[in-house]
Amino acid sequence: MHDSSREAPDGQVGIVLAWGEVPVFRPGDPVRILTRYPVGHYRVPIYLRGKRGMVEAVVEPAGIDNEEEGYGRNAGIKLHYYRIAIPMTEIWSDYQGSHRGGLRVEVCETWLERI
Amino acid sequence: MRRRQHGHDGTHEHAHPEISESERLGYFEIMETAVRELLIEKRLIGADEIRRQIEVLDSRTPALGAKVVARAWADPDFRARLLANGRSACEELGISFYDDTSLIVLENTEKVHNLIVCTLCSCYPRPVLGLPPDWYKLKPYRARAVSEPRSVLAEFGTVIPDEVEVRVSDSTAMVRYLVLPRRPEGTEDYSEQQLAALVTRDTMIGVALAAIGTGRTGL
Repeated sequence: MHDSSREAPDGQVGIVLAWGEVPVFRPGDPVRILTRYPVGHYRVPIYLRGKRGMVEAVVEPAGIDNEEEGYGRNAGIKLHYYRIAIPMTEIWSDYQGSHRGGLRVEVCETWLERI
Repeated sequence: MRRRQHGHDGTHEHAHPEISESERLGYFEIMETAVRELLIEKRLIGADEIRRQIEVLDSRTPALGAKVVARAWADPDFRARLLANGRSACEELGISFYDDTSLIVLENTEKVHNLIVCTLCSCYPRPVLGLPPDWYKLKPYRARAVSEPRSVLAEFGTVIPDEVEVRVSDSTAMVRYLVLPRRPEGTEDYSEQQLAALVTRDTMIGVALAAIGTGRTGL
């Protein structure tokens, strides 16, 4: 999932960035929320798993990994979160009313795949 | 003349029921009490710390959010900062984020109406609005806000025209949302205090529109 080809910021030629240091996705990227059912604490609502959307924004600053934090194990681990835009018609095949409806949700990088 | 209200001079015409906890405690209430007493007994936290946190929560009310919205309506530079970083703009007004959450402020426009919900639990911009209303925490609102938001809004008396997008933000983890309602027409001459009086809790959740004559009276 990590994009090793990403260039270092301007003026820092030769700097190797650690995994997870910069966001993998950018605004405008089409993504899918993963379908998986881990045991434990997680913050991705079931009704959004497997749904396709678009990265609207990278949420700054990066946040702690709440799946780990649920067990008191955050240890300073930070993850990138994204504000994902999903049309209501993608979520509900029988969505009633105007099609001008959308949902926004913050999703952590570990729950997204590029499509 | 017959008194229309009870006096507190011992002339009640009927008795009030005793104020007491007569219902059996629920599972989670018992668990909360047990965990709290255990934490205090083991000296991990003190009773005064719990009381202090309740005071922190009690000090947060929709009046803070109303002040933020009124400032944003009155001051375009503040509005820009608020939309860029909700938390730091609120902190300018002395509103602290005791729970270390981020705040994204969602601006209603003529094209987009925003609504906030937490489908997983009851995430809410508590630092700026205080405790959420009970309906916000109950499953009917949480489920329906994301599946039939226009119907939910209509039940609050808020009818959004079809050509306006209804955009629902589901807070799930570390970000909280606050809706910046549209400034009502006819308020061009209002002071910031007068503007704040138009801003109710529901307008900042997104289930109502700010309007003249629906907010609090006189300031």
